[in-house]
This record gives sequence, structure tokens and C-alpha cells, in this order.
Amino acid sequence: MEEKAPETKPEGKQPTEKKPEVGPRFLVSSSPHMHGGQAVGDIMRLVIYALVPVTLFSVFVFGLAAVRVIVISVVSAVIFELLWQRIAKRRVAVRDCSAVLTGLLLALNLPATSPWWMILVGTFFAIVIAKQIYGGLGYNPFNPALVGRVVLLISFPVQMTARWVTPSKWGMSAVTTATPLSRMRESLLSQGRIDLHLSQREWIDLLIGNRAGCLGEVSVVLLVLGGIFLIAKKVISWHTPASYILTVWALTGIFHLADPTRYANPSFHVITGGLFIGALFMATDYVTSPITPRGMLIFGFGCGVITVVIRLFGAYPEGVSFAILLMNATTPLIDRYTKPAVFGAVKKKAAA
Amino acid sequence: MAYGAFAGGVHPAYNKELADRRAIEEMPLPEQLVVYFTQNLGAPPEPIVKKGDTVRKGQVIAEAKAFVSAPVHAPTSGTVKSIDMFPHPVGTDMPAAVIEPDGEDAWAEGCNVERNTDSLGPDEIKKLVQGGGLVGMGGATFPTHVKLSPPEHKKINILIVNGAECEPFLTADHRLMVERADEIIEGAALFARVLGVERVVVSIEKNKPDAIETMRSRSADRKGFSVAAVNVLYPQGAEKQLIYSITHRKVPTGGLPMDAGVLVQNVGTCFAAYEAVRFGRPLIQRVVTVTGSGVAEPKNILARIGASFEDLVRFCGGISGDTGKVISGGPMMGVAQYSLGASVTKGTSGVVFLRRDEIPQYVNDPCIRCGKCVTACPMRLNPSALSIFAERMAFDKTDEFNVLDCIECGCCAYVCPSRRPLVHHFRRAKAEVRKKAKRAG
Repeated sequence: MEEKAPETKPEGKQPTEKKPEVGPRFLVSSSPHMHGGQAVGDIMRLVIYALVPVTLFSVFVFGLAAVRVIVISVVSAVIFELLWQRIAKRRVAVRDCSAVLTGLLLALNLPATSPWWMILVGTFFAIVIAKQIYGGLGYNPFNPALVGRVVLLISFPVQMTARWVTPSKWGMSAVTTATPLSRMRESLLSQGRIDLHLSQREWIDLLIGNRAGCLGEVSVVLLVLGGIFLIAKKVISWHTPASYILTVWALTGIFHLADPTRYANPSFHVITGGLFIGALFMATDYVTSPITPRGMLIFGFGCGVITVVIRLFGAYPEGVSFAILLMNATTPLIDRYTKPAVFGAVKKKAAA
Repeated sequence: MAYGAFAGGVHPAYNKELADRRAIEEMPLPEQLVVYFTQNLGAPPEPIVKKGDTVRKGQVIAEAKAFVSAPVHAPTSGTVKSIDMFPHPVGTDMPAAVIEPDGEDAWAEGCNVERNTDSLGPDEIKKLVQGGGLVGMGGATFPTHVKLSPPEHKKINILIVNGAECEPFLTADHRLMVERADEIIEGAALFARVLGVERVVVSIEKNKPDAIETMRSRSADRKGFSVAAVNVLYPQGAEKQLIYSITHRKVPTGGLPMDAGVLVQNVGTCFAAYEAVRFGRPLIQRVVTVTGSGVAEPKNILARIGASFEDLVRFCGGISGDTGKVISGGPMMGVAQYSLGASVTKGTSGVVFLRRDEIPQYVNDPCIRCGKCVTACPMRLNPSALSIFAERMAFDKTDEFNVLDCIECGCCAYVCPSRRPLVHHFRRAKAEVRKKAKRAG
């Protein structure tokens, strides 16, 4: 990096005038001439900090397998970004940490048993196909980490959904098991009713994350902690997560009231699966979600409806990823119809 | 929303402590004064002096031919040395008269004569204000008499005296309120009399407790006067935001404060009105805050109109070698100067000198749609969408998204993590939209 001394005068134009009366020349640019100081990288880093507790917890419960998945995912995401920006002769912007965040989010959405090559496929799709091909950060219509995850979910269903391990303190005894949601679905399919009687102990296990699932989705408590941190730091607003989670809770509640033998308790729906990581960390992705508070409420509601429909009537036990991706597609439309009312707007009878 | 607040806004570092305790100092007359003929928004007044003329202090040198215009007066007595183009603080070269003071500083006939203001009627006051060349001294330079002449059917019932001074660094209004409270109050009372307004609210941001205290005690026995301590929130001093803070009335989009039944006058303008009406002294000087880390000795200067920025710098002990930016006005809305060649106008509230290491570099990185600008925009626009349209030159879309309501306060760019030059885009878009409207007739 060469430090360039600011030019004091344009070259080749030193007139014969006496000493320049005007003194030194100064930088000219449009106002404002101050800045709050926050950069894109600062925001990305805040989100990464918010994910630290969840990440550490995943290492605690899934052991070295989790470390393996996280390292492969983060490192490969950064390498893909770097390579693409070099090949495409774009400005290398790895320092904004967005690739680190995408890699981390993808890792947290994978099971601890993921094979290494599958993770690479995932980060390739996330970084190169979903993000860089569209022009990089800011231009991608779909959440890159979710694109990576969904590609893997569709392409490698066995590795993605059938090889869960129960947390077992470091040893990784690899007791193959099922996630709470898929267990429920199986009993519904085989017996025609759900078999769900949870003790208080089991509820607490679900909340703190002592259950099978993707690395980052298991601990609701720590996810909420991270979410509160982000809201307090004004990185995200409460609108999307609140609207999303409440919609899921209300809709599954209605079904539960109608037929408790087929439809589970709404609180169970809310705290299982990837709802909290999705609502707090994926649906709030800046680039792919609406920009106005009203738009965020609509977006969260849409995500909630689709999630519930997939969970209750679809082929997959879990629908958070699909729901957010589908709603990503509606973001431009939502933005268009939730244009904020200008200060002092004169009320008209109907919006044009 | 609470009293004294509005939606949106930002909290920039105020840096007022550089100059807010420094009493106003009168600057000695410089060797020459460069007086621009155009110092108001609206129609430019017509010059009526030529090279070689001798002028007296307060003599009209450019006449207002249109209603939305304000005459310009000679700031001192002397000779018109030349008439030429000079760099104006707004960034372009403008015609100006160069006046060489004769050192006498002698008033023209009819000026500087005290008059009993008690018997003056609204029209007489208005005429004196108009003749004194008064414009909005907060920086907008809209002719004051025009604001005092609302159409018959617009009823104005509140006068807001704007002492918010929300721009970082600037302390000129602050000092004026502390040192010249009585004159400001007298001037405001004159404005109130013109419009038959019974309620006068002096609004000051809470970070100026001494000004609040002074204005409160001096206006205590005045009927209808009150002092409102408003939240420290940029842009509190923007007309529409201030009106909302105090009255909860919203100026309709495209409208004027009078559409909300309010008149807003800057404290400096009130002071100037008192001078013009009471003493027949036209607007030929003003308080200018010269400040920033680049200047040796920040000061609040009572400077003649036409004193060059170079003169101001000299009076403040010079600027440091690493001064990278010179701003006419405050750092949020002011205009960057390429040299010290511009001169003080009726709208020059301050000159701010920033060091190179303090200057943010705005770049056109892509918008990541974080929405911080949407939260910060006090006009409730969507700067993110607007800037993307402007980049694509989709100016029709910027119009549809109300770019014309943008007040260019800079809150959006201030918070943008991608450091996009948002205000720059909106200025361009506004110009294009207006151009198109003009073409369409």
C-alpha cells in the first residue's frame, strides 16, 4: 500500500501569477463531511460475535466434529470468495468478513457428521453461485448460506437429514438418532398421531440445546442471547424475528387446538428445528430481506406461514430454509409496496 | 412522540466545546471586502455601482428588482475597486464588488439612526426588514420579508425562534443568544407584531444550558414568549423537524412552514431585524464561527460581509498544514471550499477546518440494504432505494420515491456503512427531476 500524499495543486498548471493568494488547495466533496464511523466489516463482525456463544456450544456438545465442520466451512468460504474476486478481477473485499459470516452460518446449519466434500459443495454454491455471480455483496437476491444449505439438502438428503447424532460430551459415540421434528413426523406417518409427551427435563433439554440437530440450531437460549445482542447493537431490528416466531407459534397453535393428536404443541414447534437461528440470523440478512419495518413484519409473517405449511403438510420435517428463500424472492415486491410515508405526506384517498 | 423530538436523526460528534465559550470578537476591517451581488435565494438583485464609485457604509450597491430578492449594501465606506467574478462559498464564481475601505467607516445618510419602534405598524416593519436586505441567516438565505408576507388565507399563529444550532462545530447562534439576548427578543417581537402572532417559542437544543437560561430570564416578562429546550438530535434545527418537535404539526410535503401555521426565524435574523428596524442598520455584518481542529484559535467573529476566509483565518492565528477540508457552514450540510478565496456572505454561519485524518472518504460501494439510512432519515424517505435508482439514472423512480422531499441533511450518508455518497446522488436526482418538470412545462 503506498501512501499517496494529497496533491496540493494540479500538475502542469502553474501559472505565472504571483504567489497563490488562495493558499493551499483543499479537498472538495459533497456534504456531509463527517461520518459515524461504522463500516460494513464492523457490522459483519458484530453478527459473528453474536454467533460465538452458539458456536462454542456446538463444539461443547458435538465435540471435534463440530470444529471440523466449522473450520472447513469458514476457510473454504473465504478461499472461494478470494479466488473469485481475483479471477473476476473485482476488488478483493474479504476483509469485510461477509464470507466468514456466510461460512459460519452454513456450518451452523449442517449436521456434525457432514463429510468434508459436501461442505465444500455447500460453500461453493453459497459464495460463488449465490453471491459472487450476481455481483457480490449487496446484489445477491437470495441468502447465500441458505442457498448452500438447500442445495445440500436436496442433493444429499441422506447426509443432511438421516445421520444425526445425539450430543454425547466429546466422545462422539455417534448414536444415530433423529431430530425432534423428524421423530414427530415419523410417528405421525406410522401411527397416524404424534407421540409427544415431554417431561419438564426434556423441555429444558430442548431449550438449552441438548438434542439432535444442526450445529447451531440446537440451543435456543444462546441464539436468543445473540439475537438480543444484535438488537441492542442496532444491527437488526426486532420486527422480522418477532413476526416470524409469533406467526409460527400462532399458526401451529391453531392447528394444535383443532387436533392435538396430529399437531404438536406450538411451543414445541417454536423451539425445535431451525426456527430461532433462521428468524434471528438468516431472515434478518440485510441484502435479501425488506428494508422498512412494515416490510419486515410482512416478510416475517410470510416466512412463518411457509414454515408451518411445510412442517405440517410438506415432505420435509423442517421448512425454515425453504421459507426464508421463498420470501427472499418477494423482497423487492414487499419493498415496493411498503414505501414509508414521507414526513408531512398529504393523505390521499387511495394509494396510486 | 415526545415534545422536542422527531423521528429519525443522528447524533454526530458535536465538537462545540472548541468555540462555545469564546465571546464574539469584532474583526478589524480587512484591506478589501468582496461583496457578492447575489446573497439570497430567489432572484439575484441588480448591481447599481460601477468601478471607481465611492460608497458609504450601508449604501445599497445592488437593488432587489423582484419580490423574492434582497438588496445588498456596502459593508463599509470606501471605493469600488473593481467588479469581477469571485469564488462564492456555494462553489461557483459569482459577480462581486471589491470595496477598498477608506478607514472612515462612515454611514450613509439615513442609516444608523435610532427610531422609536413602539409606534411602527406591521407594514412599516416589513418595509424596513426588506430595505435592510434581511435573509434567513441560518444558511438558507431566503428573503425574510417574503416569509413575513403570507397570503391572506394562511393564518400564522406561532413564531418559532430557531436557536437549535444543530450543526456540529457551529456556535455563532449560541454565543449570540448568550451575549445579545435582549436584541434577539426585541427582533422576534417585531416579527410577531408583523404577523399578529401571540405565541413565540425560542427553541434551543439542551446542550446550550447557558443560552436557555439567558433567553428564559430575559424573556420572562414578555407576554406569549417561552423557551423550549429541545432534544440534542441532528437535524433539530431543520425547519420542518423543529416545527414538529415543538407543535407536532407537520408541514405538508412540498409546502412551507406557513402551511402549518408557523413562521420560523433564525436567532441571527431576529438580531438583524432589531438592528435594521430600530437603528436603520442594514445587514452588513454577521457572527461567523471559525473553528475545527485545523484552525489555531477557534473564534466566534463578528465579521463584515465580504471579509475573505483568508482574513478570517489570519484573525484566528492561521491554519495547520494538515488541514484537508474547509467547509463553509457546518460539516453536515456545509459546502467544501477548494481555496480560502471565498468571502463571508449573509448566510455564512461558520467556516470549519478539518484535518486530513478527520475527513471521511465516501466511496460508491454497493448498498447492503442494512436500512440504517431508512431509520436515520428525518423525512422518512428510503435513501437506499433512492440511491440505487440514482445510480441507474432512473430519475423518474427517484421522483416517485419523493426525492424532492429530501432536505439534504446528510443523516443517511453519515450512518451508511458502505459510505455511499448518498446526498450527492440525491442532489443530482433532484436537479434532474426539476429539469424534467421544467421541460414538461
